Amino acid sequence: MSTSLSTKSKRSFQITHELILLFVLIALVIFFASMSDNFLTTGNFINIIRQTAMLGIIAAGMTMVLLIGGIDLSVASNVALTSVVTGTLLSTGVDPVLAVLAGVATGVAVGTVNGLIVTKIGIPALITTLGMMTIVRGIGFVITDGYPVFGFPESIRWFGTGYLFGIPVPAIIMVIVFIIVWILLYKTYLGRYIYALGGNQEAARLSGVNTQRMQLLVYMTSGFLCSIAGMILLGRLNSGQPNALQAFELEVVTAVVLGGVSIFGGQGKLLGVVLGVMIMGVLANGLVILNVGEFYQMIITGLVLLIAVGMDRIYNRKKQS
Amino acid sequence: MDTKAILQAENITKRYPGTVALNDVMIEIMPGEVHTIVGENGAGKSTLMKVLAAAVTPDEGTIKFEGENVCFQSPKEAADKGIGIIYQEFNLFPEMTVEENIMIGNEKRKGVFVKKRENIKRVKDVLKRLNVSISTNTYVKHLGIAQQQLVEIAKSISKKVKVLIMDEPTAALTQEEIGNLFNMINTLKANGVAVIYISHKFDEIFAISDRVTVLRDGEYIATKRIEELNHDRLVQLMVGRQLNIVGRSGSARGNIALNVHNLSSEGKIKQINFTLHKGEVLGVAGLMGSGRTELAKTLYGLYPMDSGTVEINGKTIKQIKSPLQALKLGIGLIPEDRKKEGLVLEGSCETNISLPSLKKFVRAGFIKGRQEKEIILHYKHQLAIKYQTHQLAKQLSGGNQQKLVIAKMLATDVDVLIFDEPTRGVDIGAKQEIYKLMDELLQQGKAIIMISSEMEEVMNLSHRIAVMKEGELMDILPQQEATQEKIMQIATGVKQELGGLS
Repeated sequence: MSTSLSTKSKRSFQITHELILLFVLIALVIFFASMSDNFLTTGNFINIIRQTAMLGIIAAGMTMVLLIGGIDLSVASNVALTSVVTGTLLSTGVDPVLAVLAGVATGVAVGTVNGLIVTKIGIPALITTLGMMTIVRGIGFVITDGYPVFGFPESIRWFGTGYLFGIPVPAIIMVIVFIIVWILLYKTYLGRYIYALGGNQEAARLSGVNTQRMQLLVYMTSGFLCSIAGMILLGRLNSGQPNALQAFELEVVTAVVLGGVSIFGGQGKLLGVVLGVMIMGVLANGLVILNVGEFYQMIITGLVLLIAVGMDRIYNRKKQS
Repeated sequence: MDTKAILQAENITKRYPGTVALNDVMIEIMPGEVHTIVGENGAGKSTLMKVLAAAVTPDEGTIKFEGENVCFQSPKEAADKGIGIIYQEFNLFPEMTVEENIMIGNEKRKGVFVKKRENIKRVKDVLKRLNVSISTNTYVKHLGIAQQQLVEIAKSISKKVKVLIMDEPTAALTQEEIGNLFNMINTLKANGVAVIYISHKFDEIFAISDRVTVLRDGEYIATKRIEELNHDRLVQLMVGRQLNIVGRSGSARGNIALNVHNLSSEGKIKQINFTLHKGEVLGVAGLMGSGRTELAKTLYGLYPMDSGTVEINGKTIKQIKSPLQALKLGIGLIPEDRKKEGLVLEGSCETNISLPSLKKFVRAGFIKGRQEKEIILHYKHQLAIKYQTHQLAKQLSGGNQQKLVIAKMLATDVDVLIFDEPTRGVDIGAKQEIYKLMDELLQQGKAIIMISSEMEEVMNLSHRIAVMKEGELMDILPQQEATQEKIMQIATGVKQELGGLS
């Protein structure tokens, strides 16, 4: 892949972070398969990718945000808000296409505000999106007065529960999103600018990169992908829930960081994020099948993050000394 | 030598994957001498220095300190025994005071509590011995680079240093500050401290050294007393061949490339006027803070133009708002700080080269890989940049990194190139290549503005020399009329001798 901004020189076979993740993923699959007959079935596999679709779609956007050296904590609130906006319009009889477009516009608008605050006012992304996280969540509650909204046409459920050629629609959307983001990152100049921006913002600016516009674009993309996840959420719940996905943004960050993307920007690969998302999905699904309590699930998810990143660290430290 | 060596290293070998950084190298340091290590980039100077400071463990060899074999486990242990090191990048805490910085790790304490008053007294003693007047409770972030360096030196002295290693200490200093530093080094010498000095600058090497050890490609070449050497002899030892300092071939001045009229940027530069022709080098001389870099950055769209105009390619411009616009107009900048402003260090060399010119080989947003590769290889070969496929920019030597920064600007094919300190921290070989390249650019009809603190460079390469002082362009001298004294006189506003420097 000669055009990618490779982070490691490829002299010989190397234990990359992606390889470690693949190993962890396979180990988890073998473990769960040996513990339960219900795990390694086509039905369950389809189940896993449907369940991880929202995580994956938002993580694809978060990957770009982390790569430019930012962070977007408003994603979960944004997903909930877009579903509430579209849901409210649907329940008042607005045409479904228009309602969906309004939801998407809302998501992009939230991303735009994030980007403008970060670039024009200069508040650090962590603080900007932390503030926006609460504001956006609040707006969702205000719109519905705190209650869920119901009463949609059947068609909207297709986003969340529909099938195309026997594959769940959310999973298909996730795959398309990953492919598009991959092309964007590794085949277009925008991807090159994203990596350069996160690697050294000043050098990127002096190289003629419009750093503000690139940052804005990335936050807008993140917001757009949130709105797509919002439509899936709406279809799945068949209701607009203003309090949906509380603290989900941390799960997204976990998946992306697990995937090897540096929180300081400029480093990490989308392939790693795909694996990170799959590990999270397999883990959640497998633990449910094994009837592990929710509290233990939390502990195990955290442990897997630390072990995967820790293995990478230990290996790289050895290599350096 | 009648006295006994304080620090000796013998048969030092250090291998890194793919290269031998040091091969059977020896060095012997006497108390109270200034011993300079010279060599081109990649000769092994930094590695040897780190070996002596115990920051790097050699694969083979022995080190004797005060006559005894030693094997320090860490730089801290070496420092405790009296071997101090001052790196180019300082290890200071900007948010802490001078006193806290000097005493850190060695605070006088009672239990967990710091005995503030005793620490301050100790620091004051040290500063007094060095003849330095910096207040102990100043925050380091408020100090200039020269003063920060003094704090670093004081930090070493406070630990009763016997050998002090200094890695290119004058890289960021003005002429006057260099004079002060040399006085300081002489004070240390008088106190019996041995100073190991690393420098690229010949005038300094001859001004301050007692002895010189030359390394080349990781091999020990020779140790000479400074009296045994002259400029040419030293160059010959370093590069292993006779090198003629390349000047500039007699390229003809062409049409006007750039016309700057009354250019000002609030608080940075005032009413600058000059004209630059195709095929011409305009040297810009001046002290640090004289507005040279600010002029470059204003022309490159990094500082706002508050008044004046810039004429280029028949267009008259009142505002250059961004580097992007500057590049489109045909102005390119090779910035002075290659690590901070020039390179994406974690990115590959290839992506660094093509970054500013990327849009030239993009169709509908997609990068045309083959075309990009061609351009990258073209400049890799033209500048003889040494890197492997997908190697990260941070892994290259200073000279090669500088070539990367130049390559990326050349790939944009702009008409006016501003070089800000093009050869800072670059070895002689790479310097020659950069000069040769500039000459080629002139033949192609490019125009060059060259900002440099190296007088030799400015005098040899420029057609005309603009001298700046406090944000103003004081005078423009033709090459034939310019002398070092004349330039310094204009730059400082006073007639002065170059203190201690030959």
